[in-house]
Amino acid sequence: MLAYIGRRALLAIFTVWAISVLSFVIIQLPPGDYVTSYIAQMASMGSVVTDEEAQNLRIQYGLGQPVYVQYLKWMRLIAQGNFGMSMEWRRPVTEVIGERFWLTVVVSVASLFLTWVLALPIGIYSAVRQYSVGDYVGTFVGFIGLAVPNFLLALVLLYLGFTLFNAHIGGLFSPELQDAPWSMARVWDLLKHLPIPALILGLAGTAQQIRIMRANLLDELRKPYVVTARSKGLTEIDLILKYPVRLALNPFASTIGYTLPYIVSGSIIVSLVLGLPTVGPLLLKALIAQDMFLAGTIVLLLGVMTVIGTLVSDILLVWVDPRIRLEET
Amino acid sequence: MATPDVALGPTSASLPGAGAADVSKQRIFVASQWQLMWWRFRKHKVAVASALVVIGFYLVVVGADFLAYADPNASEAQRSLMPPQRVHLFDGWRFGPYVYAVKGARDLQSFKRVYRTDPSEKIPVRFFGKGFEYRFLGLIPTTRHLIGVDGGRDAAKTIFLLGTDVQGRDLWSRLMYGTRISLTIGLVGVTMSLVLGVVLGGLSGFYGGIADTLIQRIIEILRSIPTIPLWMGLAAALPRDWSILQVYFAITIIISLLAWTELARVVRGRFLSLREEDFVVSARLVGCSQMRTIFVHMVPSFMSHIIAATTLALPAMIVSETALSFLGLGLRPPAMSWGVLLQQAQNVQTVAISPWLMLPAVPVIVVVMAFNFLGDGLRDAADPYGR
Repeated sequence: MLAYIGRRALLAIFTVWAISVLSFVIIQLPPGDYVTSYIAQMASMGSVVTDEEAQNLRIQYGLGQPVYVQYLKWMRLIAQGNFGMSMEWRRPVTEVIGERFWLTVVVSVASLFLTWVLALPIGIYSAVRQYSVGDYVGTFVGFIGLAVPNFLLALVLLYLGFTLFNAHIGGLFSPELQDAPWSMARVWDLLKHLPIPALILGLAGTAQQIRIMRANLLDELRKPYVVTARSKGLTEIDLILKYPVRLALNPFASTIGYTLPYIVSGSIIVSLVLGLPTVGPLLLKALIAQDMFLAGTIVLLLGVMTVIGTLVSDILLVWVDPRIRLEET
Repeated sequence: MATPDVALGPTSASLPGAGAADVSKQRIFVASQWQLMWWRFRKHKVAVASALVVIGFYLVVVGADFLAYADPNASEAQRSLMPPQRVHLFDGWRFGPYVYAVKGARDLQSFKRVYRTDPSEKIPVRFFGKGFEYRFLGLIPTTRHLIGVDGGRDAAKTIFLLGTDVQGRDLWSRLMYGTRISLTIGLVGVTMSLVLGVVLGGLSGFYGGIADTLIQRIIEILRSIPTIPLWMGLAAALPRDWSILQVYFAITIIISLLAWTELARVVRGRFLSLREEDFVVSARLVGCSQMRTIFVHMVPSFMSHIIAATTLALPAMIVSETALSFLGLGLRPPAMSWGVLLQQAQNVQTVAISPWLMLPAVPVIVVVMAFNFLGDGLRDAADPYGR
């Protein structure tokens, strides 16, 4: 088991490295270096950057040196918690992202949680009661969930909420608590607003997991050991939950790790539509303004968060299912 | 799709042992792989219906300018945000489709344009009416369109099946052109991912060893990265002065660079399962070159699987392009795609007042669903020994 976790962790470190390279590429892509665009930015705001300041910035980021040196310097700064300056906001990137990043984490984790909580029982139900009304409803909702891109779903729900109930379903906070400091009331408010975005984000993943769970469980239910257990007089619930479900969990488990990247990806666009105060809208703004340090940092943080999340769910799964431990990666 | 032109007859039983028909059994034994696949596919009614829907969409791609009746770029402030006009099919008892004329005026209190239909004036809708000039199939210059109204550009005599956008451009016509771009971008993108997927998946599956480990790790890494932020970053870095065509290809490359993993996985799986098959071993033993073994003996036997996987990969491409363009990072106006059209529906307030701006979402959903069902059907059919 330790070997397995070790292998996973190694891969995770590798992935983080790959993500950091990609984020660096994004920062480097626009023509000109960071300092020239910073100077231009400052000039357009009416303030002047002295030559000395510019020189200092250039040294700090190693501009003009080979690309790999620049990358290493950037990495070193990040290791110290210095993510650079956001040109558009003229504040350190960490300060700009701040709360928004944690709200992104909250929304993503909530959707992931919802995916698990919904997909498991519905999948089990539609396998056990195959071809029942509930099964058909589940399958139908599943197909809708897979086919409708989540930002369109968000748009439609928003429109329906607006026209039918005259309510604005977007956002994560009520207007009066928008900028309030954290308090119990604000946390409660967040919890009340969370289900709709979490549901929209998790729907596609849920649909997929329901299908996988249903198919696997159906395969298991046809096996002779189920008949044996039943003939020995086990109650139906005990029987199903104890053996076939546990066996069917394996493929289910191995795909759930890929759900988080989907959710994080989707959260960017859905946040824009629903007006959620996550990093999504910030990323879009940064990209349009070519505020590359901010954009690169967001991509990096999202990537790292996904990798950690996936690693955690991988480890949880090993703990749940002993068979994975023995399997090769 | 391989369509066997043999007259199979209605009784070409695809079920072995259905009835006493020994003949049909015989047919199955001698049928080619494509025939078997077609027989299995035909049984899957939803998939067949989806195939028809997909074909219909691609016909729109081909005939977009014929189906559009108004110049998609002709803007007119006087017709901004006009609601869809209802088409009345029967004039009295006679078939003669017409729409009522619409009068626009500025509301002096809210300064919005308000439209009301004028039931006293009927505008007949003509089939094969005249409109803007274009080249049918890119070859034949013509001005005929599927429908049209008399009066040409006369502002009072117009038809807007799906209403107009903020700039007063006809949404139906724009949707037709958008279909062309959205659906071809998927095809180009999927072709590129297919090349990448087959080459890398093939290497991985055929040679195994270090190449396999390396490629599998790369796939795992790519799959654990949230793609949309990355796409956004790459797309935003495209130079602003690029032409529509350049952006179009850049976007397809960006999308396919990260989307080949699923195809590679399928190809690798097939290679692995075929590598030890008798016919492959014997091909190798009689001295076929590696290239010949792969392309003459192995690839044809899993071609059908690749087609199915490709069909399943297409909707994801279409959605990606729509999402990027919706954010304003993909194709940019004056290019038209579903995503570009949906950009106008970003704002709830706008949508609440003019809900027809959300209509471009309908083809996205329909086509994605159709491709999913079609791909499912193909995948089931591709495995002749499956359940």
